[in-house]
Amino acid sequence: MSEIKWKATRDGYGDALVEMGAQDERIVVLGADLTDSTRALWFAQKYPDRFFDFGIAEQNMLNAAAGFALAGKIPWVSTYGVFVAGRAWDQIRTTTCYSNLNVKIGGAHGGISVGPDGATHQALEDVATMRVLPNMTVIVPADYYETKKAVIWACKHVGPVYVRFGREPVPVVTKLDDPFIMGKANLINDGTDVTIINNGPVLWECMKAVHTLREKGISARLANMHTVKPIDRETIAKAARETGAIVTVEEHQVMGGFGSAVAEVVVQTCPVPMRFIGIQDRFGESGTPEELFEEFGLTARHIVAAVEDVLKAKRG
Amino acid sequence: MVDQAKVEELKRIAHRIRCDIIWALAHAQSGHPGGSLSATDICVALYFYALKHDPKACQWEGRDRVIFSKGHVSPLIFSLLAESGYIPREELRTFRKFGSRLQGHPNVECPGIEVGTGSLGQGLSIAVGLALGLRMDGKPNRVYCIMGDGENQEGSTWEAIMSAGHYKLDNLCVILDNNGLQIDGWVEDVMGLQPLADKWRAFRWHVIEIDGHDMAQCMEALDQAKQVKGQPTVIIAKTVKGKGVSWMENMAEWHGKAPKQDQCREALKELACPAEYFDF
Repeated sequence: MSEIKWKATRDGYGDALVEMGAQDERIVVLGADLTDSTRALWFAQKYPDRFFDFGIAEQNMLNAAAGFALAGKIPWVSTYGVFVAGRAWDQIRTTTCYSNLNVKIGGAHGGISVGPDGATHQALEDVATMRVLPNMTVIVPADYYETKKAVIWACKHVGPVYVRFGREPVPVVTKLDDPFIMGKANLINDGTDVTIINNGPVLWECMKAVHTLREKGISARLANMHTVKPIDRETIAKAARETGAIVTVEEHQVMGGFGSAVAEVVVQTCPVPMRFIGIQDRFGESGTPEELFEEFGLTARHIVAAVEDVLKAKRG
Repeated sequence: MVDQAKVEELKRIAHRIRCDIIWALAHAQSGHPGGSLSATDICVALYFYALKHDPKACQWEGRDRVIFSKGHVSPLIFSLLAESGYIPREELRTFRKFGSRLQGHPNVECPGIEVGTGSLGQGLSIAVGLALGLRMDGKPNRVYCIMGDGENQEGSTWEAIMSAGHYKLDNLCVILDNNGLQIDGWVEDVMGLQPLADKWRAFRWHVIEIDGHDMAQCMEALDQAKQVKGQPTVIIAKTVKGKGVSWMENMAEWHGKAPKQDQCREALKELACPAEYFDF
């Protein structure tokens, strides 16, 4: 654990765009004045003829992406998740998703870990607004490698995809050769008492929680579920059946997001007690990622407490 | 000088399209007559004079692209597609009915429709991306976007206008159906847009202003737009909402209200439609 490498998920996005840009000339990248911070800049520097800045005008950019898709291109729209999934939601819904166009959306600066910019720039609702859209695939990778793999997968998939990633460096916990199968979770740790299902870069906190739980004599299964939609029903139902309790973890509002998606499967397959780690119906605020994780209840300590609570409910 | 025989031919087509619009509305008993009738002449000039397309091969690579930003004029759109041969004319009977390919607002289920539209203020942005994408590949295809004037109230429309000017999209042509009315009344009363032509000019567009019911002017404007280099063109076509049916003309109430069946018969009579149109 001492040799953990830290790297931002947005870097995985930028690297994947550059890599895929070399392989497929149809890929174009669209930006809205946030070219550097979304890492779209790396593509823009390498392929200036295939990068288009639309200025601070996200609604136009999203439908222009739809137009590029109609022209046979594979457009990647790059801006902050909060702007793309909120301000341009109607465009994504009514143009891209309704006509099932091949538009890829990179939602940067996801979650509360954006830090000092505060509530206006912290995307905490984007997973909810994207996953309700028919035809849309929603992926929230956990670390650098997973982000890269998600973007590479999305380039090859035909249809709308939303990939959400963060700003700050996070531990690289998956390996280059770990499988990335869209819609399929990766088991990080097996266990029998409870299942923790993680979504996104909070995976590191989940791993620390599993370690603490083990010391307390609790056997926790940990599944890393990068794809919110389509959700991995099989892994969820199996977890409910075999461990009898589930805790979901996400850097997003607990209402309507990943935990809700898991709960929808649980109640339809094998109802068991659940707890939800995430933002509890509040707006974010300024602070360091560490301070905010503590304040908003996203650390390993909070996950351990949620597990202990759900185990009480499980035992009745 | 325009070909006078062509003008007369297009006028005859426009007449049939108007008959088809009312006929489709008569069967659906719902839909938007006002803007459909106002945009008829310029759209007929587009489809049957200016446009490169092949209704027998609607995905033909060499085709020009049409984006109907004002998707609510679906009675006009489907009548144009039927007259062109994309869909059987008989299918207009199913307009807005359950299970039909002819939805209230057009979608990709219908041959000849590039993209689903109808949420106003979105079409021009699609056209901008499409024009950029085609230009990247050095393709000569042109992109046409049919808009209403009320749509200019949408902020996203101005984002699109700005970007098309910035990127000098001379393969893009907007047809602005300037009938001056929207659901709530006169555009100038609801949220004034004048001086409209100056606004587009200020955003680096080439502006052509015409009488949108003068077929020769419609043809000339479309010809001129093809010649413009280094900037996109907007044809501001001054039109009359409900054109062709006297009691619909310039009446905001006929924006999104379908005439009842007896009113449809009246309208068809006024248009001097052939007997086969009275079969509902």
